[in-house]
Amino acid sequence: MNRIALQMLLGDRAKYLGLIFGIMFATLLISQQTSIFVGILVRTAGQILDVYEADIWVMDPRVKFFEEIEPLPDTAVSRVRGVPGVKWGVPFFRGQVVARSTDGMLQQIMLLGIDDATLTGAPRKMIMGNLDDLRRPDSVIMDRDGFNFIWPDEEMKLGKVIELNDRRAEIVGFCETTPPFVTTPVVYSRYSNAMKYVPPRSKQLSYVLVKASDGQTPEELCKKITAQTGFAAYTWRQWAWKTVGYILARTGIPINFGITIALGFIVGSAIAGQTFYLFVVENLKQYGALKAIGVSNGRILLMVLLQALVVGVIGYSLGIGLAAMFFEFTGKNVPALRGFFLPWEVAAGAFVAIMTIVLLVSVFSVRKVLVVDPAIVFRG
Amino acid sequence: MSQASQTSPTAATLAAAPVAIECRAITKEFVNGDMVTPVLHGVDLELPAGEMGFLVGPSGCGKTTLISIIAGILTPTSGEVTVFGRDIQHLSAGQKTRFRRENVGFIFQQYNLLPALSAVENAAIPLIAAGRPYREATAAAAELLSRLDMGDHLKKQPRQLSGGQQQRVAVARALVHQPKLVVCDEPTAALDAHTGHRVLELLRAIAISPDRAVIVVTHDNRIFEFADRIAHMDDGRILDIERNGHQRNSGASAATQAATTRHGGSHHV
Repeated sequence: MNRIALQMLLGDRAKYLGLIFGIMFATLLISQQTSIFVGILVRTAGQILDVYEADIWVMDPRVKFFEEIEPLPDTAVSRVRGVPGVKWGVPFFRGQVVARSTDGMLQQIMLLGIDDATLTGAPRKMIMGNLDDLRRPDSVIMDRDGFNFIWPDEEMKLGKVIELNDRRAEIVGFCETTPPFVTTPVVYSRYSNAMKYVPPRSKQLSYVLVKASDGQTPEELCKKITAQTGFAAYTWRQWAWKTVGYILARTGIPINFGITIALGFIVGSAIAGQTFYLFVVENLKQYGALKAIGVSNGRILLMVLLQALVVGVIGYSLGIGLAAMFFEFTGKNVPALRGFFLPWEVAAGAFVAIMTIVLLVSVFSVRKVLVVDPAIVFRG
Repeated sequence: MSQASQTSPTAATLAAAPVAIECRAITKEFVNGDMVTPVLHGVDLELPAGEMGFLVGPSGCGKTTLISIIAGILTPTSGEVTVFGRDIQHLSAGQKTRFRRENVGFIFQQYNLLPALSAVENAAIPLIAAGRPYREATAAAAELLSRLDMGDHLKKQPRQLSGGQQQRVAVARALVHQPKLVVCDEPTAALDAHTGHRVLELLRAIAISPDRAVIVVTHDNRIFEFADRIAHMDDGRILDIERNGHQRNSGASAATQAATTRHGGSHHV
């Protein structure tokens, strides 16, 4: 009977393609919207996730999220290094500066100042130039999108010069970074160099990055640092979630995106569910005939579930493929959407959602057949 | 077919052959919320094996409900139904399904063929449902369709067939598993007179044998000649039974005999 079930499904091409399209569209809607939401959340913590060497971020206790800076005194580095269990501690600066060039666009940039000696916090992936060139005077490394924003029509090349706070900065390398929450260029400099690019203040240090000694758990060390210095200390994971949580709590993003995702889910579910429901209901007479002939309820249910499984899997595969293609294309060709991707968790969730919808609808719609009505069987 | 009532002889006196269908005091009520709709009011009916019986009457008189009960699709509110000695109203739902699969063939007014399947696949459904391998089932169906002059149309889908050809596929589907009882609901309603006669001829030729029976619900008086007995129903009751004078044999000659005895051998019970 499985063969008959599949032939019933494939026999009417228009209905079959309509089913596939409906489920594909629902999958695309659900997975794309959810992925964009997840991507925005990842972006809010992107610069934290990019610093892979440090276990702990130390900051002023009043700081609530990554982009809100309350500077620490320069002595904070030494105080943190003095806490037992700290393997090393280095300064890290984050600031906003306007970049000017004689032949390019004016652009607000995110300036990151990393430790002069160890270059801890440097970009993970260089796409042009050498990280060690950052040690040269007035040198900076810029992310790929930064170059495209400032010089939109030019090929990327080393040696371009920009002015940061009226001081010369030569681009000695280009890198890949996780795009920030607001898509602005990211520029890396040595910490001492970065201090020249920002207006002088009594306190400039944004964070102290810390590595825990062997045998020392980061969570325990955070408590020690806070107890001993009075600064706030978080593991990189805690700090990333705290930043994400702030964005969720203090902006309209979760509500608006939550509504969008919910609408996408409802519309997608309605499309997938209604399409399959109509398919089953339109075949009620055929199922009724099978039932009269002596096909059992269980077998009919299995037939409908098999049909649901087939259209669900095919529709989902096409939809998730389109979503993946969307992110593949936009990630490479649309700077504002770079960094957005299709997380496997979203793909898996969309699969569960789509299959649940289709299977529930199929069970719901086949009830009429399971309780045989002679009017259906004999008259339709 | 006989009706047991105060004004008619008992079923037993009429049924010389083994009994195919025996209904005793069948009532059926449909309940919808507080509303109870009685459809059958104490129907007694008997059809000997080897005969073709017709149920005729106006729409809504309970014909379809009665054959649904006989076929094991509906359960009567009260009364007893026996089909080839099997008490079916006390079977569980699963047992009824199995009973229908093994013992009953159906022919519907609108054929109810599955449009996505070919003629031979449609005809093979009862065998496939019974667990026979697909190849074996379609081979048996193809052989039967060939006997029904459908050998050139095995691979065609229903939409590629005429109404008469579709009904022949439905006949093959009803007979392919050699059921003891064939239940037909308005089998000629969508056919012209000639095609309708042809379908009934085939049905008599193949489905009627000493250990099998056919019961037909119809409005079509053009085919009454094919019946061995005709039960007239109205308002949930059998009013009378007419008996045609067929010899009880199978084959195409039965139809010819039916034509010759038309109007001649019937009588009210």
